[in-house]
Amino acid sequence: MARLDIKGPNLIKGIHLEGLRVIGDPREYARKYYEQGADELIYIDCVASLYGRNSLTEIIRHTSEDVFIPMTVGGGVRSVKDVETLLRVGADKVAVNTAAIARPELISEIATRFGSQCMVLSIEAKLNDRGSWEAYTDNGRERTGLDVLDWVKRGEELGAGEVLLTSIDREGTRKGFEVDLVKAVATSVSIPVIASGGMGSVDHLENVVVEGKADAVAMADILHYNRQEFPEIRKEALARNIKVSVR
Amino acid sequence: MSRVVTVIDYGMGNLLSVANAFNWCGAEVRVSDRREHIADADLLVLPGVGAFANAMEQLRISGLDEAIKEYARKERPFLGICLGMQMMLAESNEFGLHKGLGLIEGTVEPIPHEDAEGNAHKIPHIGWAEISSSVEGDSWAGTILDRTPQGTPFYFVHSFTAFPHSQHNRLADTWYNGCQVSAVIQKGSLYGCQFHPEKSGEKGLELIKTFLAI
Repeated sequence: MARLDIKGPNLIKGIHLEGLRVIGDPREYARKYYEQGADELIYIDCVASLYGRNSLTEIIRHTSEDVFIPMTVGGGVRSVKDVETLLRVGADKVAVNTAAIARPELISEIATRFGSQCMVLSIEAKLNDRGSWEAYTDNGRERTGLDVLDWVKRGEELGAGEVLLTSIDREGTRKGFEVDLVKAVATSVSIPVIASGGMGSVDHLENVVVEGKADAVAMADILHYNRQEFPEIRKEALARNIKVSVR
Repeated sequence: MSRVVTVIDYGMGNLLSVANAFNWCGAEVRVSDRREHIADADLLVLPGVGAFANAMEQLRISGLDEAIKEYARKERPFLGICLGMQMMLAESNEFGLHKGLGLIEGTVEPIPHEDAEGNAHKIPHIGWAEISSSVEGDSWAGTILDRTPQGTPFYFVHSFTAFPHSQHNRLADTWYNGCQVSAVIQKGSLYGCQFHPEKSGEKGLELIKTFLAI
């Protein structure tokens, strides 16, 4: 899956979800990844929860005209109404973090109205000095005191259908996924877990799928900076017996 | 002349994605919640994302269920997608027993929560999965899968699966960790696919084009 972090009209990329750098027009990148055989696109509006707006709808609306793979959209989703708006412009699923932590019932409301498959629980995790992981909100800026493993189990009970798990410590570093975190989460719940943050090579992909039990993998940096493209990643993954779709 | 496709709007489902895909394939698309647009459509599409009981209730309140049944009786092309496919069956066991449209005899049941070896596996079933003939060696010639090679992956996202009573109504299956999942069902010109052709890239668009040519 290709992850596209968005700020205003631009595709951006940071390190540890900070120091955001403009990459380009998200629609061009979305189209490119679609043509190269991406399985899904994940859009996260990086500043939406901070400023309380949603700039993504226009980008999604345009993209859905000529990109025919699933799109998950997150950032600033606060209500069932917000979800309806995003689905109406072509999103298939929504990812919710900040608003779900503020009011966990929102997870149930979305799942009941649109189905669990639509409700992706986005978790931004950071290792604390006690050796466990804490959930953060507002794109990795605010601590919550919530333990990631407790929170993900709660989220599953409330009706989340999937988890987008971002390691703040690894995000944008190219140093590999936080395999311990992914494994701890993926084995705590029975819903699929998408690992995000740190992909620098196919070795990392193999590691997080085999050791980390990730059900899917999101990548950004490696694609945006043209370090590797989908067909090559897919080929290398297949050579290592990692189950990837060939469409 | 392009044929008029009515995509049924009953307040649920990814209508824009479905409409965009059919537009891309050259159809004239009407997204509508009106019975007369069902009656005079050249082709009818029932999309759907969400819960079975709620969706059937929406169709019943608006009287669209009867309009769909009437359309289907005339043996014109129909495509149910995902929940829209499941609603084609007679009944569903999704959170209690609920009546469906009954276009095809059979039921909708949860995907087994264990794989073939008895280990718990992930539900919903989300992702790309390869489809093949339900009965080995059965040809897809002349169906909506006419131009789909065996083993083509499509995008699935669901927790329940259709079980048509008759083997003749099963056109294609996929296997999720050893559990058989109906991928495409058929009765004459009525088709249902569990996966999302509008979200399955070029192969999905190819299927839509084939449907438009029926």
